[in-house]
Amino acid sequence: MEAPNIVIKVENLTKKFGNFIAVNNISFEVYKGEIFGFLGANGAGKSTAMKMLCGLWLPTSGNAKIAGYDIYKETELIKKKIGYMSQKFSLYEDLTVAENIRFYAGIYGLSNQQIEAKTNELLSKLGIEELRNSLIKSLPLGWKQKLAFSVAIIHDPEIVFLDEPTGGVDPITRRQFWDLIYDASNRGVTVFVTTHYMDEAEYCDRISMMVAGKIEALDKPSILKQNYGVSTMDEVFLKLARG
Amino acid sequence: MRTIYFIIWKEFKQIFRDKGMLPIIFVIPIIQLLILANAATFDIKNIKVMIIDKDNSSTSRLLIAKYDASNYFKLVGTTFSNEIADNYLADGKIDMFIEIPANFERDLVRQNMNKMMIVVNAVDGTKGNVGMNYSTSLMNDFNQEIRQKFSTINTTFISNTEEINIIQSNWYNPELNYKIFMVPGILVLLVAMIATFLTAMNIVKEKEIGTIEQINVTPILKYQFLAGKLIPFWLIGMFELAFGMIIASIIYGITFVGSIGLIFLFAAVFLIAVEGLGLFISTISDTQQQAMFIAWFLLVVFILLSGLFTAVENMPGWTQNLTYLNPIKYFIELIRMIMLKGSGFEDTKIHFAVMAFFAISINTIAIWRYKKTV
Repeated sequence: MEAPNIVIKVENLTKKFGNFIAVNNISFEVYKGEIFGFLGANGAGKSTAMKMLCGLWLPTSGNAKIAGYDIYKETELIKKKIGYMSQKFSLYEDLTVAENIRFYAGIYGLSNQQIEAKTNELLSKLGIEELRNSLIKSLPLGWKQKLAFSVAIIHDPEIVFLDEPTGGVDPITRRQFWDLIYDASNRGVTVFVTTHYMDEAEYCDRISMMVAGKIEALDKPSILKQNYGVSTMDEVFLKLARG
Repeated sequence: MRTIYFIIWKEFKQIFRDKGMLPIIFVIPIIQLLILANAATFDIKNIKVMIIDKDNSSTSRLLIAKYDASNYFKLVGTTFSNEIADNYLADGKIDMFIEIPANFERDLVRQNMNKMMIVVNAVDGTKGNVGMNYSTSLMNDFNQEIRQKFSTINTTFISNTEEINIIQSNWYNPELNYKIFMVPGILVLLVAMIATFLTAMNIVKEKEIGTIEQINVTPILKYQFLAGKLIPFWLIGMFELAFGMIIASIIYGITFVGSIGLIFLFAAVFLIAVEGLGLFISTISDTQQQAMFIAWFLLVVFILLSGLFTAVENMPGWTQNLTYLNPIKYFIELIRMIMLKGSGFEDTKIHFAVMAFFAISINTIAIWRYKKTV
């Protein structure tokens, strides 16, 4: 087996807000094409860590390289290589489906022909051709999230960061959402996803478990379950989170 | 360039889809110009006056008739009683009263002079003052008339009262039409309000709904984002000015002595400055409410220090110095100079220089404060 291709390399990354240490000296690597689950309770520091990796927040200390670029000096280069879908819903409610796609594709530098092709491809993949000219605010939450994910990878990024992408939607829609994630992963996109749904953790290739700003465990779900001698990720989580 | 185009395209889509925006763009200027230009009047008419006529002579009746005929006064009535007049004044039924003493006519003829008392309600200082001034000039007229009349009866009566004869000539606004004075100022306020508010609210809205975070992870550069945000409201501001000018000339028949092009050239710079202010407000606010409040506070200060309603020359020294920091003051001064006096670029180049300085410095601070990475 050839050496895996590292796309995210984090070393001793730390973020402090005053005296509070949100992210405490974390280190890990993510390989190309894998689905990397970033797990933890609310307030464990997942979103903070992710925002630093996306170049939204500057770290207090430590280093990280995303797609080979430095997160201090090359944030603008990183931004060309990544996609991001935040916890907060990120499409414009007062624009239509097609307009949102056109806007984001446009600012990523796609040509008009590419935009047209991408729009058609995306709509037919999601099976929502008839919603092309509907305003986003008229869509149900599940559709909005699937669409937001598709828009986040419209420019074929190397890595896509998903911050609790399936919050508040039903299990069927979550399952469909994960089909989209698998699909992207099969095309070679590295998926970095935070969640606190433990069933979703099972879908990941590898997961890291964050507790109070630190990474307490990092491995394949099956190995973690074995190590802690339990049968579900829920139990792994409870054991770690409760210390 | 293409990136900026996509942002502008998106902004215009959103602006014209927003049902509240079209009224803001079209109704506000009409209302401001129709209502405010008439309400913000410096003319004082219909000063309510009562005359205590204790003389009841042909001379006193001549004075009463003069007050009655004047446009500026409304003669509420005549009386013999000071008490009634006092009560009327206290109740606010009249603004001033004049007491003509008994034997006014007789003493005037005998002594060649006489006295009257004018009592003015000065709660509203301006109105009191104006009432006093109008009365003074009315009295002067009256004085001339009766002196001519009596000099024909009594040859010792001094008929020649010519002292200094002042002939007024009002330049640039010969009819002292306050609308010509107010309307350009109101136009400036309109443009300033629209540009500051819309810019500040628009960017804060993206913060509030969270889309700004999505924008910040894209490769959009800071200048592209800000240009994409400022250009649409710059265009709307220029449109508003043109729209307002057309309304002003249709309704009030206001003509422009100077170059309209020069006004628009200045507006172009002015809009960059006030949009920079809006941008700055957006960087220090997290919600639309905060942005609204800060923008409103600043605009009220700017409006009161602009010289639109009260002359800057009448302010205390330290307030006068503050007005030098007020972009709205410069535009109001300039638009009046160009519209009424026909000033050219040579006369207004200081205004241009100051405004360019404002535009550059406010935007520099705002851009420095706006951060993609925190």
